[in-house]
Amino acid sequence: MARKISNRRKLLTTIIAWVIGLLLFFPIFWTAVAAFKTESDAYTLPQNWLSTPWTLENFGIVQERSNYFRYVFNTSVIVILSTLLGLVFAIPAAWSMAFAPNPEGGSKISSLGWLGIVLGSLAICFVALYFNNWKPTNAVIGILLLFIFVVPASLWAWSRNTHNMLLWMLSTKMMPPAGALIPIYLIFNRNGLVFRDWGWANWGDYNIMDSFWGMVPLMTLLNLPIVIWMLFTYFKEIPVGILEAARMDGASLWNELSRVLTPMALPGIASTCLLNLILSWNEAFWSLNLTNKYAAPLSFFISEYSSPEGQFWAKLSAASMMAIAPILIIGWFSQKQLVRGLTFGAVK
Amino acid sequence: MGTISLNKVRKAFGDAVIIPGADLEIKNGEFVVFVGPSGCGKSTLLRLIAGLEDMTSGEIKIDGNDVTDTPPSGRGLAMVFQSYALYPHMTVRNNIAFPLKMAKMPQAEIDQKVNHAAQTLNLNDYLERRPGQLSGGQRQRVAIGRAIVRNPKAFLFDEPLSNLDAALRVNMRIFIMQLHKDLGSTSIYVTHDQVEAMTMADRIVVLNKGHIEQVGSPLELYNKPDSLFVAGFIGSPKMNFVENDTIGIRPEHIEISEKRGEWQGKVLLSEHLGSDTFLHIDAGARGRLTVRASGENTFAPGTNVWMTPDKSRMHYFGKDGRTIRK
Repeated sequence: MARKISNRRKLLTTIIAWVIGLLLFFPIFWTAVAAFKTESDAYTLPQNWLSTPWTLENFGIVQERSNYFRYVFNTSVIVILSTLLGLVFAIPAAWSMAFAPNPEGGSKISSLGWLGIVLGSLAICFVALYFNNWKPTNAVIGILLLFIFVVPASLWAWSRNTHNMLLWMLSTKMMPPAGALIPIYLIFNRNGLVFRDWGWANWGDYNIMDSFWGMVPLMTLLNLPIVIWMLFTYFKEIPVGILEAARMDGASLWNELSRVLTPMALPGIASTCLLNLILSWNEAFWSLNLTNKYAAPLSFFISEYSSPEGQFWAKLSAASMMAIAPILIIGWFSQKQLVRGLTFGAVK
Repeated sequence: MGTISLNKVRKAFGDAVIIPGADLEIKNGEFVVFVGPSGCGKSTLLRLIAGLEDMTSGEIKIDGNDVTDTPPSGRGLAMVFQSYALYPHMTVRNNIAFPLKMAKMPQAEIDQKVNHAAQTLNLNDYLERRPGQLSGGQRQRVAIGRAIVRNPKAFLFDEPLSNLDAALRVNMRIFIMQLHKDLGSTSIYVTHDQVEAMTMADRIVVLNKGHIEQVGSPLELYNKPDSLFVAGFIGSPKMNFVENDTIGIRPEHIEISEKRGEWQGKVLLSEHLGSDTFLHIDAGARGRLTVRASGENTFAPGTNVWMTPDKSRMHYFGKDGRTIRK
């Protein structure tokens, strides 16, 4: 029997929903209003919400001072390429976890084995130090990080079962990003590349700071756990029998993924892309730290208007509106898809 | 060509042994049915042959070539799934054409073969539809079309009819048998329904807890079961077991009379099928027996009856459940 909801209760819920909605919307509304005011009007408290003379000059000034379209271009490049790159890794990963899960975990590594791995890693570090004339440069620090943390961590993940692996991937999102800033900064920085000093691989001029070469993979890696998780829940809904039928029909792995799995999961992949797009579009921490001109995205563009000389509220608001406008429009038109994507797999 | 041979095929998931070791030779053109209760490993055995599951140990040969490490796509077999497993995003035409596309056949040849298969399966009117718009029987025909279109070495059927209603199931059964006759290719058919097994098979493989209990033609299994399990599984209604499961006698090999006979009993229930009547009889110390009588018999429940088993059709079993031949 369906539960009857009284009209009064309906009214109450509606009012609460509206109040919460308006509270959430209020800052955006303020920004939107401030963007059309003069600097002094925008700064006045209490605000003359609707009585001030409106102006478009802020937008003009912002475009004049900083090339808005360049930032839109940069953001688009980072967002689109990182999403595509993410799919290249996430589709096979989610496929293997959804359709060939490993309940037992890979080969178990004994405690003696772990000791060997750690000692071996240390030995490799010493070899690296030796080649570097015992100078602990960035290169050696990089190798140290790689072998002491990355290699054992990936071996650990590999020895776990699928469920643990998924949780482990998600746990990387729980770490505060500031914790990884220094190593990432070193990797991005000139002279930071691991093999810099080795002569046989002279990548001396290598510098991915403030470049798409750095930002695109970084953004991919940042969102990869969420992308894999979302695709995993989508793929879980697809009966494995259909993929087995494709195998029986003579499909290679590539054909199985590209002609059967991907078209069937297209709605899910689209929602995942959309979420990834929004996340990377709004990303600020890494963009502010690792870019300042050539690959600077819109989040950097906004921050330009919050300067030590003072807060230019109207211009800051105008810049913010310009920065969020494209994603707002995309989000508006894809609401349905987005909500479906976010709640998919939640009920079952 | 399509001979399949299994040599000590073993499958275990961790400590759970599904198939302890199966040996089987399947000849070219044979229609072999794997039958057994659910959980007996028949589907697993089929999936091992298909390559969808990896063997723990053992060897599978198709046409004399070792395919133990060959992926399913390289084994040249076709499979019809219980769930049909059609590609929901493709039209019926593309579903049937998929294996041919994977084999990189020229488009003209694909069109010709798909049309031919559609003709055979009476699917011409549905070629541009998607699987979601078809009925269960039509989907099953598409699944069969996808299997026959590229002349595989053997067909594997995994309980293909269990999702269909009873009338359609009988039609499809006859259709599959006709198809097998026309194409002449090796077929392996998995079912838990012993009627399907008896009517379709050239040879039946009875599985019990992963073991192959007996392999033989339907009548061999019916007349000379090797074990208590096979005797009980083949034949409908089930064979009667008396004297602590040491003697078995089929319902159709007991004569019933109101006047005289060897065993006495009381009718509990009678099932009238028209052509036959199955009587469920309480035979005292011998337990409940089923007896097949002719359709005209109208023994009311509670009637005292006498039964005479046909001695020459009795089966004798040892304590280990194996048949003792006299």
